[in-house]
Amino acid sequence: MKKGNIFSPFKAIRHLFRKPKTLKYPFEPKEPARRYRGFHLNDWDACTGCGNCADICPNGAIIMVEIPEIKPEPGKKNQRPKLDYGRCCFCGLCVDICPPGALSLTGDYFHIHFDTKTFSFIPGDEKSDPEHFVDPQNYSLLKASLSHRKKNFPGFSPDIEYALFEPERVPMPQVEPEERSLSFIEQVLGYSEKEARAEAARCLECKLCEEACPAHLKISDYIKAIYLGEPEESLRKIYEDNPIPAICGRICMKHCEAACSLSVRGEALSIRWLKRFVADTVRDYQKALQQKPAPSTGKKLAIIGAGPGGLSMAYFSALKGHHVTVFDSLPGGGGMLRVGPPLYRLPIEAIDKDVNYIKSLGVEFRFNATVGKNISFGDILKQYDAVYLGIGMTMSRSTKVRNSEKCILALNFLERNKIREKVNVGKKVVVIGGGNVAMDVARESIRLQHIQHPGEEVVTSAVSLEDWDIMPANKEEIEEAKEEGIRFNPAWGPKDVLLDDKGNIRGLLCMKVKRVFDDAGRFSPTFYEDQEMILEADTIIEAIGQASDFSFIPKEMFDQLKFTPRRKIQVDEYGMTSLPGVFAGGDIVNTNLDAVTAIADAKIATEGVDHYLSAIPIS
Amino acid sequence: MRELELYFGPQHMGMVGNFSITLKVEGDRILQAISNPGYLHRGFEKLMEYRTWIQNFPIVCRMNVVEPDSMEMIYAMGVEKLAGLEVPERAHYLRSVYLELARVGSHLFGLWAYSNMLGFDTVAQWAMYHRDLVLDLFEELTGGRVYHIYIWPGGVRRDFPKGFKDKIVSALHSIGGCVPDYNNTFFENRLFYDRAKGIGKISQKEAMELGAAGQVLRATGMKYDIRKIQPYAAYDKVDWEVPIREEGDAYSRILVIRDEMIESVHMIFKLLDVMPEGPVYHRIPNPFKWTIPRGDAYVRIESSRGELGLYLVSDGGDKPYRAHFRTPSYPHGLIILERLLKGASVADVGNIMISLYVVAPEIDR
Repeated sequence: MKKGNIFSPFKAIRHLFRKPKTLKYPFEPKEPARRYRGFHLNDWDACTGCGNCADICPNGAIIMVEIPEIKPEPGKKNQRPKLDYGRCCFCGLCVDICPPGALSLTGDYFHIHFDTKTFSFIPGDEKSDPEHFVDPQNYSLLKASLSHRKKNFPGFSPDIEYALFEPERVPMPQVEPEERSLSFIEQVLGYSEKEARAEAARCLECKLCEEACPAHLKISDYIKAIYLGEPEESLRKIYEDNPIPAICGRICMKHCEAACSLSVRGEALSIRWLKRFVADTVRDYQKALQQKPAPSTGKKLAIIGAGPGGLSMAYFSALKGHHVTVFDSLPGGGGMLRVGPPLYRLPIEAIDKDVNYIKSLGVEFRFNATVGKNISFGDILKQYDAVYLGIGMTMSRSTKVRNSEKCILALNFLERNKIREKVNVGKKVVVIGGGNVAMDVARESIRLQHIQHPGEEVVTSAVSLEDWDIMPANKEEIEEAKEEGIRFNPAWGPKDVLLDDKGNIRGLLCMKVKRVFDDAGRFSPTFYEDQEMILEADTIIEAIGQASDFSFIPKEMFDQLKFTPRRKIQVDEYGMTSLPGVFAGGDIVNTNLDAVTAIADAKIATEGVDHYLSAIPIS
Repeated sequence: MRELELYFGPQHMGMVGNFSITLKVEGDRILQAISNPGYLHRGFEKLMEYRTWIQNFPIVCRMNVVEPDSMEMIYAMGVEKLAGLEVPERAHYLRSVYLELARVGSHLFGLWAYSNMLGFDTVAQWAMYHRDLVLDLFEELTGGRVYHIYIWPGGVRRDFPKGFKDKIVSALHSIGGCVPDYNNTFFENRLFYDRAKGIGKISQKEAMELGAAGQVLRATGMKYDIRKIQPYAAYDKVDWEVPIREEGDAYSRILVIRDEMIESVHMIFKLLDVMPEGPVYHRIPNPFKWTIPRGDAYVRIESSRGELGLYLVSDGGDKPYRAHFRTPSYPHGLIILERLLKGASVADVGNIMISLYVVAPEIDR
C-alpha cells in the first residue's frame, strides 16, 4: 500500500472540469427503450378474443371480459383481455403467445391513483380507445396513467420468429402434380401417426373453431385426443356431432380452419386432415364407438336423400330409437358426394365406410329408389310418421347461350366419371364456371385427356365471370388446378357456342366482363360488348351452378310449401317445413351449400322430429 | 461484563436486504450469531410445482433480485437437459455475454453496498451510476431493467437490437476507465484497507467444509469456478482467467470481486468478437400441451455469488414435480456468516456480511 501524498485531496478539483456523471440533470423524463415492457396495448381489430393470453399468464392477471359493442363473428369472439396491474409482472408471455399479434407492451409505466379499481384495465389502442390515447403535444407526464397515454409509444412487440406457437403446418404428403394429373388416385396421402400428433400439438385450444363450425364439433377435444395418441377417443368425440368423418375429413369446407387463430399470422391447424387421420386410422368403427340405439319408439321416419344431411339425420334419429328408412336414387349412400367430388378427392371406399356404420345401427337403406318414380311421395307420407327432405341440388344449371344444348352439364360429367363409364373428352376442353364444381370438372377433364390422348398436346381452359379476387372456388383448389395445368380465363363470360359445318363444337365466344355484381351486391353481370375472344374447343362443360329437383312433390302439396325470398324452403326452428310432419335441411334450406351445414341442419331437425314423433300416437 | 442479545436487521444501516442476525454480545465482542432468514420467503420452489414449464420462466428470476439472470439461465438449462432441447450456437454466445453483463452489474451493486455501508458515499454513487449503464443495456436488450426475463428454454428471447454491440462496448469502456478511480478511492484507500484487512478470515479447508463457493472460496486460494470446471454456454470458446487471492479475509474477497469484474469485461469483448451469426431460438413445443418425459436433472452454473445448482424433477407432466435450488447465499449467509461473526466486533457485522456477498432472497426460496 503506497503512502498518500499530502496534496492528493486537491486532486479531486480536476473533477470540476469533467463531464458530470449525474444523469438527466436538470430533470428530463426518461425515454424507455424500444423494447420496454410497460403497460399493454391491444389492437381490437386484430384481437380474436381467443383468450390464450389469459391462459398463459403465470399470475392470473388477465381475464377475458365480454364487450357488448363488439359483434362476435366466426373466428372472433366479443371478448377482450382485462389486465389486473396489481398482479401483472410484465413478463410479456401474453405478447409472445398472442396468435394474431394484437397484444403488445408499450413504453408507458406510470399509473398513480387513489382508487385501486383503476388498476384493472381493458387495454385498447388509439383506434378503439381514442380518449385515453393522446397526441404527444397534449400528453402530460403529470397526468400519465393507464387512462392518459401517449399515442404511438411502442414497447415490447410480438415477433413471429419468437412466438410461443408453431405458425407452420406439418406438410401434408401429396402426390406430385405431374403424377396426379395422369390418373384418378387419391391426391392427399394422409398423415402418419407421428405427423398427425405433431400437427395436433399445434392446437392452442382456444375453441374459436368450434363456434365457427356449423355443426359445432368438439374440435379441441378430438384434436387433443389425437395429440395424446388416442384416435378411438377422438373418433368418439367426433361422432357426438358428425357421423361422416371419413367424408368430412376429405371434403369439408372447413369453416373451422378459416376461424383458427393460428391462421392470422401463420397457417391454420389442419383440422380437416386430422379428422381424416382419425377416420382412416380407426379400422373398426363399431368396436371403437360401442354405440347402442335407444329402445325402439315404434315411430317411423322416412328420409329422402342419402347425402350428408340424410345420413346424419338417419344416424341421430336411429340413436333415438326411431325406425329410419332412407331413400336414394343412386346405387349407394353419400348423395351428391358419391357422384360429385372426383375420385382423387373422395374415394367411394371412404363414403361406404361411413354409410356402413350408420347401416349397422339398424337404418334401412333403399338405394336405386327414386321418389316420384319407384315410390310416390304421397305413399311415403302415408306409410311414415315423419319425412325428412335432404334432397340437395341435383340438377346442373345451363348458361342457356345459343347452342348450349351441345355442351355437357357438370353433374352429368362428374357422375359418369365417378360411378359409370368415363366421358370421352376432346383435346381442347373449355369449362365454364369459377366455383369448386368447375374446378373438379376441369381437373377431371385434364386427367381424362391425359388418359384418352396419351402423349398428345391437350388443353383444358376455365372461363369464369369472376376475376381472381372474387373467384368463388377455394384458393387451394385454384392453386392445385394451376399446378395441374388448367389455363384460367378470369373475367370472361360466354356469349355463344360456335359450331362447325357438321354441327360439332368448334369453340366458345367470350365477352370481357365489366362487373359481376350490381351496387346492391346482387348477381347481375355486365359486359364490354366490344371485347371478344374465341376459345377453341371441341368439348364444353357447363359448371355454373346447381338447382334442386322438386318434381317428385305433387303439385297441390308443392303449392303449400313456403319458400324464403332466396328461394330456399322455409323451416321453423325445429327444421319443419310448412307441411306438417315434413322436415327439411341441407342445400334446399341453407345458403352455405356444404356438407357440414347439412349435418348442422340434420342435428336441429333430429330434435324437431323427435319432438314431433313423441307427440303423435303409435300407429 | 453483561451478556446482551442484540437484534441486527432487518432494518439496520449496515444490513443490505431483508435479513437479520441475532447476536449475543459481551461488550463489543460477539459470542454467538444466529442468522434469521425468512423475511422474504415467498415459497418459490412450491409455487413452481403449480405452474407450467413456460410459466415458471418469469418467476425463477425473482429469487435473486441483484442478479436474476443466472436464475433464468439455470432454469433454462435444467429444462433443456430434461426435455432434450437444442440451443442454437449464437444463443450460447448471447447467453454468455448477457450473463457476464449481469455479473458486472451485480458486482457493481455489491461494490455499492460495501462502500455505502462503510461510508464511502462517492464510490457508492459511482458504482450505482455504472450499474445504471449496465441496466440501460439490459433495458435495450430485453425491455426490463431489473427482471429481464430473457433466457428461456430453447435459446434467448430476442436477438441483439441494431447497434447493440457498440453500446455494450461504450458502456464497458466507461466502466473500465474508472477502475483507477475506484482503486484510488476505495480498494487502495487506507480507510477501507484498514477496515477490511484481516476481517472475517476463513481458511481454505474450513471454507470447503462449510460449503463455500464463489469469491469466498476463491479468496482462500482455490481456483474453483464452474465456468472452467464444467463449461456451459460459450465459456469454453474464449480464453479467460479465474482470479484468486490467498488470504481468505474480507479484503481479499472484495479484490476477487473487482478482478472478476475486470475479467468479465475482457471476456465480453472477446465473445463479441467471435460471436457467430444465426438463429437464437429453437421453438419450444406448444406451451399448453408441453409435457416433459419423466426424469430428473441436476445442473450447475457459476452465478456472481458462487455455485448455483438446480435439481429439477419431472413426473412426465406439464409442470415440474419438484424444483430445488442450491443457492450460494445459503451456506454463505447461514453457516459461514455465523462462524465468522463469532468473536468479531459488533462494528464489523455489516462488513463481514457484505463481504460474503449474501443476497437474502436466495436463502428464502
